[in-house]
Amino acid sequence: MTEIETDTKPDTEKAHKTSNNAHEPSQARIALRRFARHKVAVAGLVVLAALTVGCFGASLLAPYPHNAQDLLLGAAPPSGAHLLGTDELGRDYLSGVMYAGQVSLAIGLGVGVLSTALGTLLGAVAGYFGGWVDEVLMRVTDLFLIVPAIALLALAIQGLGSSPPTIVLVLAGIGWTSIARVVRAQVLSLREKEYIDAARVLGVPTRRILWRHLLPNLTGVIVVNVSLAVAASVILESTLSFLGFGVQPPRSSWGTMLSQASGMVGTSHSYLLYAPGLAILATVLAVNFVGDGLRDALDPQGRQ
Amino acid sequence: MLTFLARRLATSVPVVIIASFLLFWAVRATFDPLAKLRQSHDPTALPRETARLGLNRPVPVQYLRWMKAFVTGDWGTSTRTGGSVSTMIGSALGTTAQLVVWGVLFAAVLALAVGLYSASRQYSVGDYGFTALSYLGIAMPAFWVGLILIQALAIWPQQQFGMADPPLYFIGLHSPGSHGVNVDYLRHLVLPVLTMTVGLVAGWSRFSRAALVESLGSDYVRTARAKGVPRRRILIRHALRNSFAPFVTVVAMDAALLVGGLVVTEQIYSIPGMGRLFLDSMMAGDVFTLVPWMLVIALAMILFNLLADAAYALLDPRVNLR
Repeated sequence: MTEIETDTKPDTEKAHKTSNNAHEPSQARIALRRFARHKVAVAGLVVLAALTVGCFGASLLAPYPHNAQDLLLGAAPPSGAHLLGTDELGRDYLSGVMYAGQVSLAIGLGVGVLSTALGTLLGAVAGYFGGWVDEVLMRVTDLFLIVPAIALLALAIQGLGSSPPTIVLVLAGIGWTSIARVVRAQVLSLREKEYIDAARVLGVPTRRILWRHLLPNLTGVIVVNVSLAVAASVILESTLSFLGFGVQPPRSSWGTMLSQASGMVGTSHSYLLYAPGLAILATVLAVNFVGDGLRDALDPQGRQ
Repeated sequence: MLTFLARRLATSVPVVIIASFLLFWAVRATFDPLAKLRQSHDPTALPRETARLGLNRPVPVQYLRWMKAFVTGDWGTSTRTGGSVSTMIGSALGTTAQLVVWGVLFAAVLALAVGLYSASRQYSVGDYGFTALSYLGIAMPAFWVGLILIQALAIWPQQQFGMADPPLYFIGLHSPGSHGVNVDYLRHLVLPVLTMTVGLVAGWSRFSRAALVESLGSDYVRTARAKGVPRRRILIRHALRNSFAPFVTVVAMDAALLVGGLVVTEQIYSIPGMGRLFLDSMMAGDVFTLVPWMLVIALAMILFNLLADAAYALLDPRVNLR
């Protein structure tokens, strides 16, 4: 929806400009070109694509079936047959990391999208309407500022259960406040713009003003926030799982794998510590780089 | 200044009251305070305790009763240890405060040093190196950093060089029988403080670099340079002095992040502070410890934010708090 609108906007603008050259590229194409020039961001995108294919294609690509045990082998360090070694139950660690990645990546993406959508909606409504709606919403975000997130998350997961969809809902339910504040501030300044006044005077319905006139202007902020939120929630999910409030066995995420490996510190099985952590590191780095690239590419003040 | 602080405190009272009620309700909805007694063979035990603790009353009534006791200093007894909740939280706060003070000091000094280096040698190899490191620091979960640090700085050297003790300890803050600030304490402190601060140093050094780059590009720095003020003096007296106020604000605003770091760090290193107390209480469903715990943390957050505003006003004479 938003993409189509960023596509069409320059065309309408073009109709009004007569002196500019006729081959002005579309907004989306400018953004794409700027993104492609950002080498690190492109590398991040490649890494992210590889991780996604590797994890969600695990049933085809993984060297061993999901949770296949070799109890006679037990925990063995990396070798030709098991590139990352095996855990205490003789499960191939590489396959484990790939399957666990499905849960970690899905939770990260789910929280990123959901919390951004929720925060954008609430922030835009608060900023546009002001008054008591705004007051209530800002007081709620104040509450979230003083109550430590980790305690709320642990409590909510303890009370509501720890299936991945519940974890996504809980993380998004607490993570929406920062983007809501940003969007609210943006909308507060945007709503004073002349074209909003013009639309209102012309009798454009409020919902249409929000969708067609405000939302396209927020695209940059929103897209960048999705990347930040995905990165943050991959780390947060692993932390919660490590503390025992996240994904529970037999389902596993990178966090639960690390939680199990944490008992191996100082033993000859300490090699189990590295792979899931490096997977988290690679994911978060790649997402952050893509986010940086998008920020530069979508900044309307930036050079072409 | 004082009137500003007083007014800010007054406006945070309703927020605290609402937060405390919601927390009270959420904790009660999650845990059954009498879970232990449900298996009791004594049929009178359950109704007796229910009546004694007032659990048959509506939640708002229970809340008011609890709040009255809380304000007068009666925080109740823990169902996990049977000890006084206020004593437990007091001693946990003392332990956690050590981590916070050393951690924030270490992280802030390091972040400012990195920022000064990077801003004065912008786009040098060192600057890019620190940028790369900060990206890594932000992208690693703190608990993983902690586990790797134990492996690399305590266990590996011990095994490699056949030492009797690891060079850095990773359990508690003191060896048994030892107390006070001494070498033993420092050997216990290094790993937890590093674990807690990797992410903070990474974030804060980016911020201090940006703030310093901005002040170095300003007119007063150009003027100072033109009249021949030495480089070092420009960096310290002009640029650093002016970026200090926003830096302190960011440090104080990240106090909430610190709580998450504390929970993880204290869990990894078995340090009996607030984070550990929270996890133990969660595992045991200790309602009577959890609610005061959350309220104490919330009050600490408010205090941190107030301190940040006050510090900003003290450091930047242009700010006038009314």
